[in-house]
Order: sequence, then C-alpha cells, then structure tokens
Amino acid sequence: MKRTQIKPNQVTFLQRIHVDGPLVLGLLVLMAVGLATLFSATGQDPDQLQRQFMRMSVALVVMMVMAQVPPLAYRRLSIYAFAIGICMLIAVLLFGDMGKGAQRWLDLKVIRFQPSEMMKLAVPMMVAWYISNFNLPPKTNQVFIAFVIVVVPTVLIAKQPDLGTSLLIASSGIFAIFLAGMSWRLIGFLTLLGGAFLPIMWFFLMKEYQKQRVITFMNPESDPLGAGYHIIQSKIAIGSGGLHGKGWLEGTQSQLEFLPERHTDFIFSVFSEEFGLIGVLGLLAIYLFIITRGLIIANRAQDAYSKLLAGSITLTFFVYVFVNMGMVSGLLPVVGVPLPLVSHGGTSMVTLMAGFGILMAISTQKRLLSR
Amino acid sequence: MRKRQTIRDHSAEANLFARRATVAILIVFVMLGIIVSNLYVLQVEQYEDFQTRSNGNRIKVLPIAPNRGLIYDRNGVLLAENRPVFSLELIPEQIDNLPITLGELTKLLPISDEEIENFFATLRGQRRFKPVALKTLLNEEEVARFSAQKHRFPGVSIEARLSRHYPFGSTLTHVLGYVAKINKTDLQKIVEAGQEANYAATYDIGKLGIEKFHEDLLHGTVGFQQVEVNNQGRIIRVLDVEPPQPGKDIVLNIDIELQLAAQRQLEGQRGSIVVTSPQTGGVLALYSSPSYDPNLFVHGISRTNYSALLNSQDRPLINRATQGQYPPASTVKPHLALLGLEQEIITANTTIVDHGRYRLPNVDHVWRDWKRWGHGKVNVTKAIEVSCDTFYYDLAYQLGIDRISEAMTEFGFGDYTGIDLYEESDANMPSRGWKRARFNQPWYIGDTIPVGIGQSFWTTTPIQLTHTVNTLINRGERYVPQIMRGFMSELGTIELEPLKSLRPIVVNEPKNWNIVLDAMYGVVNREDGTAKAAFKDTPYISAGKTGTAQLFSVGQNESYKEEDVAERLRDNAMYVGYAPYEAPEMSITVVLENAGGGSSNAAPIARNMMDFYFRNHSFAPQLSQSDKEVIRKHETHAD
Repeated sequence: MKRTQIKPNQVTFLQRIHVDGPLVLGLLVLMAVGLATLFSATGQDPDQLQRQFMRMSVALVVMMVMAQVPPLAYRRLSIYAFAIGICMLIAVLLFGDMGKGAQRWLDLKVIRFQPSEMMKLAVPMMVAWYISNFNLPPKTNQVFIAFVIVVVPTVLIAKQPDLGTSLLIASSGIFAIFLAGMSWRLIGFLTLLGGAFLPIMWFFLMKEYQKQRVITFMNPESDPLGAGYHIIQSKIAIGSGGLHGKGWLEGTQSQLEFLPERHTDFIFSVFSEEFGLIGVLGLLAIYLFIITRGLIIANRAQDAYSKLLAGSITLTFFVYVFVNMGMVSGLLPVVGVPLPLVSHGGTSMVTLMAGFGILMAISTQKRLLSR
Repeated sequence: MRKRQTIRDHSAEANLFARRATVAILIVFVMLGIIVSNLYVLQVEQYEDFQTRSNGNRIKVLPIAPNRGLIYDRNGVLLAENRPVFSLELIPEQIDNLPITLGELTKLLPISDEEIENFFATLRGQRRFKPVALKTLLNEEEVARFSAQKHRFPGVSIEARLSRHYPFGSTLTHVLGYVAKINKTDLQKIVEAGQEANYAATYDIGKLGIEKFHEDLLHGTVGFQQVEVNNQGRIIRVLDVEPPQPGKDIVLNIDIELQLAAQRQLEGQRGSIVVTSPQTGGVLALYSSPSYDPNLFVHGISRTNYSALLNSQDRPLINRATQGQYPPASTVKPHLALLGLEQEIITANTTIVDHGRYRLPNVDHVWRDWKRWGHGKVNVTKAIEVSCDTFYYDLAYQLGIDRISEAMTEFGFGDYTGIDLYEESDANMPSRGWKRARFNQPWYIGDTIPVGIGQSFWTTTPIQLTHTVNTLINRGERYVPQIMRGFMSELGTIELEPLKSLRPIVVNEPKNWNIVLDAMYGVVNREDGTAKAAFKDTPYISAGKTGTAQLFSVGQNESYKEEDVAERLRDNAMYVGYAPYEAPEMSITVVLENAGGGSSNAAPIARNMMDFYFRNHSFAPQLSQSDKEVIRKHETHAD
C-alpha cells in the first residue's frame, strides 16, 4: 500500500529477515546467561548443556519461522488456533497421558504435545482478535465475552491440573483486555470480585496438594524437611549468595545438591547464590530490556490486534519472570513456572520463542506493510 | 469489522494503548521493585544468617577419637595396649550384586546367619555409601584369607579399629579393670560432666579399676575433622583437621613380676595379696584370687560367660584386696599395743600370766586364748610375738571401746584408704554409736573384749590393713596407697604422681613405736615368734604379724576342730609383714579365706613373696655389717 514510500536502502538486513535487532540481542544474551547457569545447576554436566543448546537452537528456528508470518495471517488464524486448542484441551482431559501426576500431554503418535503450551499464544491471539473487532476501549459486554474466552481454557488447564500454566494463560488474556483500555471502574470491580472468589477457590476448586503448597508458602518452617524444604533451601541459597555471590560453579547449596529442582524451577536460586544481588540486578536488567523492547514494538504496531497481541506476549513474559523469582524467593507460593529462557526444559522455551517470533513479525513487517 | 465499525479513531486508540502500556511498564517496575527489595532483604540484610545456614548445611564436624593412653608397670612392661581389631565392611553402593557377593564371602569366611541378619538390619537404616560391618573381630588368618581375594570383591574391605587388650589377662584384672563399650549409664555421666563433645567418637570407656579411676588421664582429647558434605551426607572434601590428643600413657607402681608371683602364690585359693612400698604408699602388687580375664569384657562378654562369673561361689568379680572385708584378727595387736602404751595402761614391762582363759569379774563368759593352756607370763612384746590373746582381752577391757575406736579410726580403720580404685570398701571399725545405729543395741562390755584380738564387728580390707601397717612402719607418717606412679610427659619422662600424705599419728612417747616394731621383729625372728618357722633362714630380716580370723563361734565348752567345720566357715589366715626390718622397702598383707591358721598358711606365702621380691631386686643375700648389728641389738634386747 504505502510500500513505495520506503527506499530500498532503508530496509536493513535484519528487517529483511524479519528480526528485531535489540530484541534478538536481549534474547541471545539471556540464553547465554541461561546456559552458563544451567551448566552450574546440572553439576557441570556437558550432556545437559548440549541438549539445552539444541533446544535453544530449535527455539530460535521456531522464532525465525514465526517471524516470517505476516501479522495479518496471525489475525486470521486466531480463532482457528483457539478452537483447535480448546478441543485438544478437552481431549487431554479425556485421553491425556499422565506425567508427574498431571494430565498435560496429548500423544499424537508422532509427537507428544502439550496443548496448554499452544494456548499460551492462542488465548491472547483470540482475545486480541475479538476485542480488536470493535472500537477501543471495549464496552462492558465485550469485556465480559473476552473474559469468557480467557476463563474457559484457564479452567480446563487448571483441571489438568497445571496451576502455573493456567495462571500464565489467564494473565495473557487479561493483559490483552487491560491494554485494550478496559475501564478502571471495571478493573476495580473485578478485583473485588476476584478477592471474593479466593475463598471459593480454596474450599471447592483447589486440590489438596495445591492447598498444601499455599500452606507451605505461608510458613515454610512448619515443615522444614517436607514440603517446606524446597523453599527453605532456596532462600538459604539466595540469601547466602549475598551481594557478590559465591562465584560461578561455587554455589554450595546447588553444587552439593541441597537445593532441589535446581536446574528447572529453582534455577534462579542457583543464579542468585553464585552471582549475588549484583548479578541478579544484571539479569533483571536483561529481562527489563526485553520487556521494554516488547512494549515499544507493541506501541509502534499499526493495528489494534498487533498492539494487543504484542503487549500481551511481552507482559506474559514478565509474569514468568515475576512469578518464578517471587516463588523461589518466598514471595509467592510455589507454582510450576520456569524462569524464561534460563530454566531447563524445551516446551516452554519453544512457546516463548514462538511468541517472540510473533513480536518480531509485528516489529519488522508493520512498516513494510503499513507505510 | 468493516461492517460494524463505521468510524475508527486510530490515533485515539493508539494514545489509549500508549497510556495503558505506560501503566503496564510502571507496574512492571513496581513489581520488579518488590522482587529486588525482597532479594535485598535476603541477600544483604539477612545475608549472615543465611550464610550460616548454608554452611550449616554443607559443613559437618566429625569427631576423631583419641588413642587411649597405654599402661605400663614400674619397669616399663606394657600392661594395657591398643591393638587393631579387624572387621569386614561393605559399601552397598559399590557392590553390583549384593546376594552374590554375600554368597561368595560366606564361602570364603565363616559368616553366620545371625551376622547376615544383623548386616541387613543395619543396611536398611543407612545411606548406601556408608560402610556396614558384616563380620567383626576377624582373626589374622581370616584377614589374610580375605586380603588375598580382595580384588574379587569391590566395595568390600577390611577395616581396622584400635581396641584395648590386656596381655596379662587375669593377672591384673583387679588392678587395671577393663574398658568396654560406653553404655547408657556411662553416657549419662559423660553428659553430666559436660564431656559429650570429648567422647563424641569414643567407643570404649573405663569400667573398672585403673581404667576407670584414671579415665580422664587415659582418654585424651577428641580431634575434629571439618568436612564438606552434600545433601546425602557424603563427604565431598576435608576442609580442616584438628588431630586428637592421645591419652596419657601411665606408669603404675605395680611390678608385674611381683604381681605374677602373687598370682602363682594364690592359685587355687580364695584370697588376696597386697604389696606396697611403705615410704611412698606405692602399690607394688595387688592380687585378688580368683580372678578372670578382662579381655572377655572388652568386646562384650557373652551372657553365659558373664553369668558364670556372676554366680560363681568364689565370687571372682569381687576385688578381695580392696573390697574384701575381713576381721583383722591378731594382725592389729601391734596397733592396740601402741595404744595401750600411749595411754599408759601398760608399759613395756607390764606382765600378765596367761592360763589360756580370760574372765571378767562377775561375768560367766570365758574368753579363750588360741593356746589352750595359755602362754604363761607375757609382757607386751611377747604378747605380740606369740600372739597372746588374753593379754589383749585385758588390754581391750582396760582401754574401753571408745578409746580403741577413736584411735583405730585415726589409723585408718573403718575408712577408705583413698587408693586409686573406685572398688574399695571402708569396712568397719565398731563403736558405741555404730552399734546403736546398726543394731539399735547398746555396746556391751562383752563386745569390747574380742575387739582386743581384732574380732567383734571389727572388719578391715587387705589394703586398709596394709595402710595401717605402713603407718606403724613409718612411725605415724601416713601415705595414701597409690597404684599409679605417674604418667609419661610429652618429653618422654615420667611425671611422678605426688605422694599423698594424710594427717600423721602423733605419739607422746616415740619409743613406743620401737617397742611395737621390735615385737613384730620378734614374731619373725625370735624363738616363740608365730612366724619364726615360716621365715626360717631368710637372707633378709623381716618383721610381721600373723592373724587367724574366726568366722565361726565355737561353743563355750567345745574345742575347735577344723575338720568339723564347713570349708566356708573355716578361719581366714592372715599375715602382715615388711622387710628389710631396718629400712623397709616393702610391706605385705596376705589374706587367705578359710585357709586356717595365719602362721602356717599365710606367713609362708608372705615369705615366698618376700623371697621373690628380694631375689628380683638383687637384695644382697649376704647380710651386711649393719644388718648383723641390727640382729645383735635385737637379740640382746629380747634377753
């Protein structure tokens, strides 16, 4: 349409391959830090390091592929992705594989698949699609329907049960609604409603092990060798790291295996122990850089759908960071949320990078398309 | 959307989004601020607390047991040593197939089902990298047999631990005692003494004898190893080692040769021999018969063995030398003579005529002399030499129980000598108060008379008797008998234990000592002396006193016939003596239970011991000039 206004020499190489320079730089730095931390957290296991490196490579390829897709295509795909996702979530509940006591996997013979991961993207896409159909800010009834779109998959995932993912998915949808300009009065009202809902959740919806986690979170010292052990050891690791940290590969809590789940959910404790508060501030700076860049991309996006989707993906990424750091340092109850791009594990990394691929698509393709 | 949204204000929407995005980034900052301030609290404000807890996780302090001090005799002969004992230990995580390994081991070594059962019981409660003992106390042949095959058994090894061994076995049991595994009672005492840390790695503790009495000296100070462990407790590396300080090696006054001689002398008899050095109180030999092998107790005595010892009629567990309570009988006549002389009830020239019977005015009871027809005219000296009872009946009567009791208590009768053994009894010096308290009866005059011959509720222990005889020899100076001579200092010299003197006995007339000691000389060396026969032709000059303690009351008109009396009711034979007379080096007490008369049974054993002592101590067999003078002097004195 307005493509002719852009001179060919203004299109950089990165733009041509649909990569946002600052964002990819932030992500690569974060991945490097992640690899170094993982190497320490696995007790210096080169095999694990290699496998994580492979996962990162795959995730980067996925990101690149996602970046090539025009945002308009995402917009058209939204409703289908969401509908398929919902069907698969139901299928998981009915036929899913058990893994660690929760039904999360759908065995499609060829690949084992976690539909909830797909929903991390499908839900914000769907909400953004729905809301962007109307003028912003959305009206109350539109907000209500948007909430229904969020709540259905959230409940389905929570029933698997996977509290962490359902929390992330709920946030991603809510962020889209929030960014769309949902009125503050409604926000206030819903917050109160949510507060009133908590006791109902406690008594009717939460499973025993989930309640136990919350109790442990409130007072980890009540059961120092049982459920409280994780969080106590994690706090010891973080606290004993002090300002400067014990040094890379020198964290005694992690190297001597006092810290449980140290290469997955509790990898931040390893990082804090070895690099101290100064290292943590550096890590937070990287995260903050990525988040800021994501919001800038969202803000520069031309259409409402792209803005809402980019903003939602970015803020959900922050929720990962906040919940993970909060839970390992004792601020939040332990729900299974990894530290993005640092924790061991492929599935969530691929999803995250796919999200960043969409961001890059929005970032690099808008000018080509809209100006 | 084209249908429904007629007008769409893109810039207003962009502004709205920008405002919301700004709010969002502010919220992000606020929430990161919460994270950071929480981390600040953890990592800066509470840093020291968490660092302490982190170190508490990873650093463990493992105690290292000190080696127990050795025990030597006065000539440096090793009496208690630490020997390695071997046990076969398995580290489960290093063994691929436990049942096969156990099967192979059973073929190689005699391993009982019980041992395998115990092994599995221990295994269940332990980490897989911690060694578990399968068989303990392997002998050297078994160790060799396994060592040759060791390569076939990865994860199986022979471990050595030091354990106490008493090379002289039963010879020294009542002196050394023994060590054995720390039990609940011991642990309680350790805790009360605030010594838990010091005993953290210690396996055995002194249970009896010197091992118990000098436990503090022998034990040493625990060492520590500071190690880094992982969450399983596996040791990753050693951070710091503070080596333990071994216990002090101690040297006893005991002369093992003399001790062995004592054992030989008492073989097959119940009784005890105590040999001391009167000048120091040092105990040269102390043997109680029968004895038992202390090594049985070190590794836990079997129930059968223990009940055999416990139930034996001969009561081998009792240390007769320090716990055996016997009427002192005539051995205390010198002490009483001294008291009589001091109280001026008798003089050296006071004589009585002994017809073999003693009566009190207006009392029907007759007290017999051991010699039926009596000794005739006796003075104090002769009364000791021939052990005239009548003289002492009368002396006791005249002294009265109060004076006797007070003076004999001063000598140390009825009280602990303070020897370095916890196994000591105080025996009994009777008094009016004692009888009132014990029997709720008044003291009768008839009770006093036999006190004159060391009977009538009066009991003593062999060590106590020796102690009082030493007081006579030292003319009132008193030293606590001590088994320990000293301990080895770090420089390798002997740090001598200081002499422990007690309040001396002060006499009004020092010549009285001479009278009494001369009478003891007479017992051995003069014609009528009760030990004259036993000590015939000794190459040294000794002095002494015999004693025959009645355990069985003979009826008033009966005569005592040994063969009629049950063996356990027969008289105890006693002898106290010392030599050389002029410069005493050693004093001896011999007590033989139910052996009969002192002069015929105990005195010969005392003589054998003295012979042995002086032969071993290269005492010049030829009498020196001074010795001859001594003899001459005494012969003139005796007239």
